[in-house]
Amino acid sequence: MAESRQHTVLPGFGLTVGYTTFFLSAIVLIPLAAMVLKASSLSFSQFIAVLLDPRVIASYKLTFGTSLLAALINVVFGFLIAWSLVRYDFPGRKVLDALIDMPFALPTAVSGIALTAVFAQDGWLGQQLARMGIQVVYTWLGITIALTLIGMPFVVRSVQPALAEVQRDLEDAAETLGANRFTVFWRIIFPTVLPALLTGFTMAFARGIGEYGSVIFIAGNLPMKTEITPLLIVIKLEQYDYVGAAALGCIMLGMSFVMLLSINLLQAWGRRRLFVGKR
Amino acid sequence: MRGIYFLSVVLLIVLTACSAGTANDTNQIQLLNVSYDPTRELYRDVNERFSRQWLAKTGQHISIKQSHGGSGSQARAVIEGLRADVVTLALGYDIDAIHKRGKKLGSDWQTRLPDNSSPYTSTIVFLVRKGNPKNIHDWNDLIRSDVQVVTPNPKTSGGARWNYLAAWGYVMDRELQGNWNKLNDPSAIEQVAEAQAKAEQFVAALYRNTPVLDRAARAATNTFAQRGIGDVLIAWENEALLAIKELGDQHLELVAPSSSILAEPPVAIVDTVVDRKGTRQVAEAYLQYLYSDEGQELVANHYFRPRNQAVMNRYPNTFPVLRLFTINEVFGGWQKAQAEHFADGGRFDRIYTVAKG
Repeated sequence: MAESRQHTVLPGFGLTVGYTTFFLSAIVLIPLAAMVLKASSLSFSQFIAVLLDPRVIASYKLTFGTSLLAALINVVFGFLIAWSLVRYDFPGRKVLDALIDMPFALPTAVSGIALTAVFAQDGWLGQQLARMGIQVVYTWLGITIALTLIGMPFVVRSVQPALAEVQRDLEDAAETLGANRFTVFWRIIFPTVLPALLTGFTMAFARGIGEYGSVIFIAGNLPMKTEITPLLIVIKLEQYDYVGAAALGCIMLGMSFVMLLSINLLQAWGRRRLFVGKR
Repeated sequence: MRGIYFLSVVLLIVLTACSAGTANDTNQIQLLNVSYDPTRELYRDVNERFSRQWLAKTGQHISIKQSHGGSGSQARAVIEGLRADVVTLALGYDIDAIHKRGKKLGSDWQTRLPDNSSPYTSTIVFLVRKGNPKNIHDWNDLIRSDVQVVTPNPKTSGGARWNYLAAWGYVMDRELQGNWNKLNDPSAIEQVAEAQAKAEQFVAALYRNTPVLDRAARAATNTFAQRGIGDVLIAWENEALLAIKELGDQHLELVAPSSSILAEPPVAIVDTVVDRKGTRQVAEAYLQYLYSDEGQELVANHYFRPRNQAVMNRYPNTFPVLRLFTINEVFGGWQKAQAEHFADGGRFDRIYTVAKG
């Protein structure tokens, strides 16, 4: 994430920025604007009614709750994965490294079906868990697992390069100055990796909120219990309620935007505090 | 390098030749049939036989493409511009939507062909595990506390709506002793209201026994048959018979309830598309073919109930005998049923919102 503020010196400013604007407008902004436009045919009170429907509220809690939980799990375990891939050399490391990208490439429906098969009451893992009285499939737990799988590569892939860039000589210096291993980790490695970790968290979280394909198979889709917001949007479409679907879409867009923005602000604040504080 | 250059020239020539070849074939007529999930196998056979017949009769080659998916999303695709010559969907409500929202066919579409434009019917039955370990014989057994029911989500699946309506209709049929005239009889208003209250309770109890609401009928079949979830699957008769055939009858068996709904999956020509493409004649012949003896025979082979009684009689062991009521008799048609039961805040939603307090 190198910052180059000298772009005016480089040739092709007009071309590249023009292209960026055009591309983003065509692919991102125009469809979003169309959605907002569609939703705006609702009156304000109707819009609020869609927003505050108890079923919709239950689905927000589920969607945002499970996405948050999955992203947090990924921060911990994604970091561990990145750590072992970057810091250690062991046979099969390359294969493991390649495996990380699988959730990116796999059709989400395939991951959903596979997870359901494994965690169902008669599946390999599901059987064992059922004996302990834990039901995964068709509960929020199953949704969290699906979202963890989907979000995992985001954390690993953003942390890996940052970990690789940690200056080993700093660690060595700290150790010679008498810092124990924990201090080295906490004062040197962690702060360097933190921005990347936050980026990974943000992306995994955002991906979880929008995820539909894999969740639909492992969630029970019961109203009020295991119904995610994207499913409610599909349900509204299925009833030819385009406006209601667009309204829900806008709400999700708004909420995700606020969350992503606040995480970005937090990150910027953290970076400033970190570097200013050090000097 | 010269090799690569040579290769690309050859490739270019071949490609041009190919595209010229297809361009010359424009006298071949293309037909698109947009359908719902469980008809995939049926229309594969129909398309093959019909195009052969059409070639023999007119000398024209036709190629028929088929598209399958959830009935509602298929209808939406047609409304939004998928150029379907004919639609063959799970319920009349979806073709109504193509008329109302897409203005792509006339309001009289359902009277253009015989039998409500449904060349085949089906009904809703139960699929249970081999040996029927939970002793399930009729709708009543589905609300027992020891029974888990698998049925898809009526909000997203057309088949699931038939399931729901069949359960509701069963209670109404029982309470009114099959006398549907009472529904329009002012002197029976109280009895009807009482029956409806019982039906609502019954359906709520049934969905409380449902651990998962899959998005589509096929998905529910998989949940039941492959995942091993639940004791009974409420399913299309054709889907249940197909599942038994595909998965072997040592695992599953079919149970026919005492009464159920006559499901009429309708077919229609999409006027605006056939008029623009000039395919009206062949599209009409295609749908008519479904009513022919040969078409009806194919229908029965794929476990749909043929309309032609003579053909039906040739399959006495395939289709169980049960009392059938229609959606028009019990619910006054799809528009009313949809608005009362499946719209947002309708009776189906209330099962969940009320249960939660």
